[in-house]
Amino acid sequence: MTLMKLTASTLAIAAVSATAAMARDNIQIAGSSTVLPYATIVAEAFGENFDFPTPVVEGGGSGAGRKKLCEGVGENTIDIANSSSRIKQSDIDLCKTNGVDEIMEVRIGYDGIVFASDIAGPDFAFTPTDWYNALAAEVVKDGKLVPNTAKTWADVNASFPAQDILAFIPGTKHGTREVFDVKVLEAGCKASGAEEALVAAKGEEDGKKACLALRTDGLSVDIDGDYTETLARIAANKNAIGVFGLSFYQNNTDKLKVATMDGVVPSTETIASGDYPVSRPLFFYVKKAHIGVIPGLKEYLEFFVSDDMAGPEGPLAAYGLVSDPELAKTQEAVANETPMGPLN
Amino acid sequence: MTDATSQTGRSGAQPRKSLHVTDARTRRRNAAEARFRFYGAAAIAVSILALVILLTSVLGNGLGAFRQTFITMPVALDATVLDKSGTGDIEVMKKVTTIGYAKVIEKALATALAEKGIATDGLTAKQISGLLSQEAAANLRNQVLADPALVGQTVDVKLLANGRVDGFFKGRVTMDSAKLDSNISPEQLELALKMREAGLMSLSFNPGFLFGGDASELRPEAAGLGVAILGSAYMMLIVLVLALPIGVAASIYLEEFAPKNKWTDLIEVNISNLAAVPSIVFGILGLAIFINFMGLPQSAPIVGGLVLTLMTLPTIIIATRAALKAVPPSIRDAALGVGASKMQAITHHVLPLAMPGILTGTIIGLAQALGETAPLLLIGMVAFVREFPDAPPEGFFDPASALPVQVYNFTQRADPAFVERASGAIIVLLVFLLLMNAVAILLRRRFERRW
Repeated sequence: MTLMKLTASTLAIAAVSATAAMARDNIQIAGSSTVLPYATIVAEAFGENFDFPTPVVEGGGSGAGRKKLCEGVGENTIDIANSSSRIKQSDIDLCKTNGVDEIMEVRIGYDGIVFASDIAGPDFAFTPTDWYNALAAEVVKDGKLVPNTAKTWADVNASFPAQDILAFIPGTKHGTREVFDVKVLEAGCKASGAEEALVAAKGEEDGKKACLALRTDGLSVDIDGDYTETLARIAANKNAIGVFGLSFYQNNTDKLKVATMDGVVPSTETIASGDYPVSRPLFFYVKKAHIGVIPGLKEYLEFFVSDDMAGPEGPLAAYGLVSDPELAKTQEAVANETPMGPLN
Repeated sequence: MTDATSQTGRSGAQPRKSLHVTDARTRRRNAAEARFRFYGAAAIAVSILALVILLTSVLGNGLGAFRQTFITMPVALDATVLDKSGTGDIEVMKKVTTIGYAKVIEKALATALAEKGIATDGLTAKQISGLLSQEAAANLRNQVLADPALVGQTVDVKLLANGRVDGFFKGRVTMDSAKLDSNISPEQLELALKMREAGLMSLSFNPGFLFGGDASELRPEAAGLGVAILGSAYMMLIVLVLALPIGVAASIYLEEFAPKNKWTDLIEVNISNLAAVPSIVFGILGLAIFINFMGLPQSAPIVGGLVLTLMTLPTIIIATRAALKAVPPSIRDAALGVGASKMQAITHHVLPLAMPGILTGTIIGLAQALGETAPLLLIGMVAFVREFPDAPPEGFFDPASALPVQVYNFTQRADPAFVERASGAIIVLLVFLLLMNAVAILLRRRFERRW
């Protein structure tokens, strides 16, 4: 009777599910979609050259990854969280309450954020002030705080062509947005004198917050998807300027033209030297309790930060990661399994 | 009705003079009829047009993924490099990483070019080896480790070419775009053209796309669907094994045994409701119950299968109940009349007659589950998984990907070569769906009975 057989196999499956506490032999990683391509490159090479299985790497965003890391200790929690921004005190507290006491912080290098437009469009040489004056809700004009009415880039800066303002910036769930807020909008807010005026008008805290308020008339568009979406939108709207990661731009140099910031062309060299202002460190966080439990975890960590991978000549640099000048220090910390200290 | 009787009193409706001359009213009615038919035909035309646009864009983008540029050349497997101990000890040979193999291939490529008399002036060694995929070294290493006796010989190997070179032969990359491209130069492409003329490089069918694992963004040319297809197959197996018996048993009880009261009404309403619940809700449920509470592993087909089972159950129950209802009561009555028990009447007569309907419903439910992405996002199936899961049942607990999720994954990558990969994956998914639906239609045609 087929029905009997089916029922029997159902029971068998249920029985197997009940005894699911199987030893995990692969490393599990989740987090930032910016770090994701780097992590997959290392995971791939690791699986090829070591006897351990290729680690499983998931995206999902920096914040989500760190939260998953802090869910607890055990085989059905992840081992490593990729993050494009530094861990927050709230994450560390969450980790503590769930028994994750020791976390290792590993800085893998730096990533640049570039401003690029369609390849056929005009060249731009931006400063953070230009971006603030183009996108902010309120700007300073003739010493007074007024709502932003600039329609073209020429309204913002007379040296720019009269191209309509349309900017595709990362949505608030992205780690990239944080950097954009701090390094571009806040810097522009300060430099243009708007911060002073806003603080004077709204008080210390609200004024600083108002620096990050963007215009809502549709000229600044939040992109919640990935850079591929921004690229597709620019292809459809040649006037637009988008915000990308350096590595994404380097893979699409035939479609995009990059703008300079403060007169500096973004490249791995200018970011490493610190000349290009809009950059950020990339991290991953490791659950120390899993080292020695999950096979290959220590080897993976050492392989990731080795000169062969994360060094200036390695495949990560070839993909667009700016190698960390203090890589040797990171290698030492990983070798000694030094947990991170309190945030400063 | 009134038209025929109340002809008088209306200005436009004169009594008809002749059957051969249509009056104004009839003309209007005929025109309305013609318009009505036109609307219907236009609706069909719009949907066909949409389908044609979809298929041409998917096929146009994706068919290229099934063919790939390969470099075929002899490679001298130097024993002094690959087997330093000279003993053929596999553990020692494993110490040579892909970087070592990449150098061997680099040298072999230079030799092959020299043999064919292809000049490589103005190109650095790095640019020349840049024509090869980084996957090539890994392939060669696996080949050698699988058969250590190869060391010391010169073997003909077929290696993947770089994604940009491949794109050049497929028309995605042009000399103009290469000028602006930081990953490839026009000189490299010219060398590739010469290599094709010399027979070193050719486009051919790429089994790796169907049977290989995923690959990182540095080597889009090596990315394959093998893990995703296997993961989807595992999940479908789990769904079939769980949802079919549960669904059929539930439907038989509800249809044949359950008393008609408030409770069964409530259950019925709930089943219909569940069928319309957005699938992401099942994903959240799966995350909370199967992963967080039951402690099942993340990214595993077992969790995906269980979630999709929950999603498919209502579809199967509704289809099965309809199939059971369609069996005429006279069959049941006759069976009971000759002394069969209720169970015998159902298992010997009603169920076999309802089977085609049940199977059709199940297959359509499975096809729906196969294309489902949203719930899988929440249970960690959207991951970079390169390792193949083991054979079932252990394999159900290994990390795997799924076909629709792989499409989503590919579309998020930076390298433009992944666009082709994503469309190729869509084609594979569509072929599977088409096959499943064809089987459903076939079953219905072959076994369906009408009373």
